[in-house]
Amino acid sequence: MVDSKDADRNAIPGAGGGTPEKGGDSLEARRKRLATELAARSVPETPEVEGREKPQGFALAVKLSSEFIAGVLVGALLGYLLDRFAGTTPWGMIVFLLLGFCAGVLNVLRSTGAVSTPVPGSRSGSPEQD
Amino acid sequence: MATDKVDPIHQFHLTNLIPVDIGGLDLSFTNSSLFMVIVAVVTAGFLYLTTANRGLVPTRLQSISEMSYEFVASMLRDGAGSQGMRFFPFVFSLFMFILVANLVGMVPYFFTVTSHIIVTFAFSMLVIGTVVVYGFWKHGLHFLNLFVPSGVPGALLPLVVAIEIISFLSRPISLSVRLFANMLAGHITLKVFAGFVFSLGSMGALGIGGAVLPLAMTVALTGLEFLVAFLQAYVFAVLTCMYLNDALHPGH
Repeated sequence: MVDSKDADRNAIPGAGGGTPEKGGDSLEARRKRLATELAARSVPETPEVEGREKPQGFALAVKLSSEFIAGVLVGALLGYLLDRFAGTTPWGMIVFLLLGFCAGVLNVLRSTGAVSTPVPGSRSGSPEQD
Repeated sequence: MATDKVDPIHQFHLTNLIPVDIGGLDLSFTNSSLFMVIVAVVTAGFLYLTTANRGLVPTRLQSISEMSYEFVASMLRDGAGSQGMRFFPFVFSLFMFILVANLVGMVPYFFTVTSHIIVTFAFSMLVIGTVVVYGFWKHGLHFLNLFVPSGVPGALLPLVVAIEIISFLSRPISLSVRLFANMLAGHITLKVFAGFVFSLGSMGALGIGGAVLPLAMTVALTGLEFLVAFLQAYVFAVLTCMYLNDALHPGH
């Protein structure tokens, strides 16, 4: 549905760019230009997709609460397992439950965007591999 | 029977259709399994039939298939880069299965597969398992850089790493809980309001007049549920792409 409109809009500069070179354009060159034009056209679509991601009301509540509860649950589970296998009752549970709360808060802050999700470049470690 | 009509939880009951018991394990073919098979058959059949006689100018149904392909492909490219396209079959199957399962669940008297947390948890464990296995296979121990943020003082590092690891491990849980809770709550709300229509309607003329309100609510909620069905499949797939991105580029 969007494509037909875009195609109309792109047809004008595309045709304007294509006719002066006439038949001198090889198929390869035209295909390359098409690829770059398509790539350029696909960029503005990204924010639209991102915008649809914003949940409201109940979906937001489920999202945030699940993030927080998941952190606490995993912390409690790790603490429980540590206690069970290392015999450190109750310290593993105490420490990991608190860490789980921290992780839950971190999850919530990340999913609301208050703390930036680690993006490429902000992590330490190995140089770029690809 | 009357309690069935107003009990909002009844729709999630599992019933054994074909009892199977192997070595003490209850592997019965339940109504949930039946609907998983239906979802898989509907998805695969739809995609196959709509693209079997494909033309350069797509028919309506063919363009639905093509749009879903394009949709997932662009989502994957945005989320995980062009390298992420090697996971396209995985993400596409996951997205289509969840979407069709959610939509099939909207049909009255049908079972919603994704309203059971064990199903969504299996999906999310599949995702996280793929991330971990692929991450270690591709990057070896560099994959652990995922848990080490930059610019953290050395004294705080163990604490931060522990929190990051817990945060990573909590992903499958929050991923599965989100899909499950949305589907469960949506279907319960729908059933409760539809139950109001039923119980008010059995209270005479005044009740039937009053039943118009919950009926209108039910209609509105049905529309909302279709949106949620699509949105949750989308959210699940987007998050899958994000996590796969971590597996592809952990060191960044």
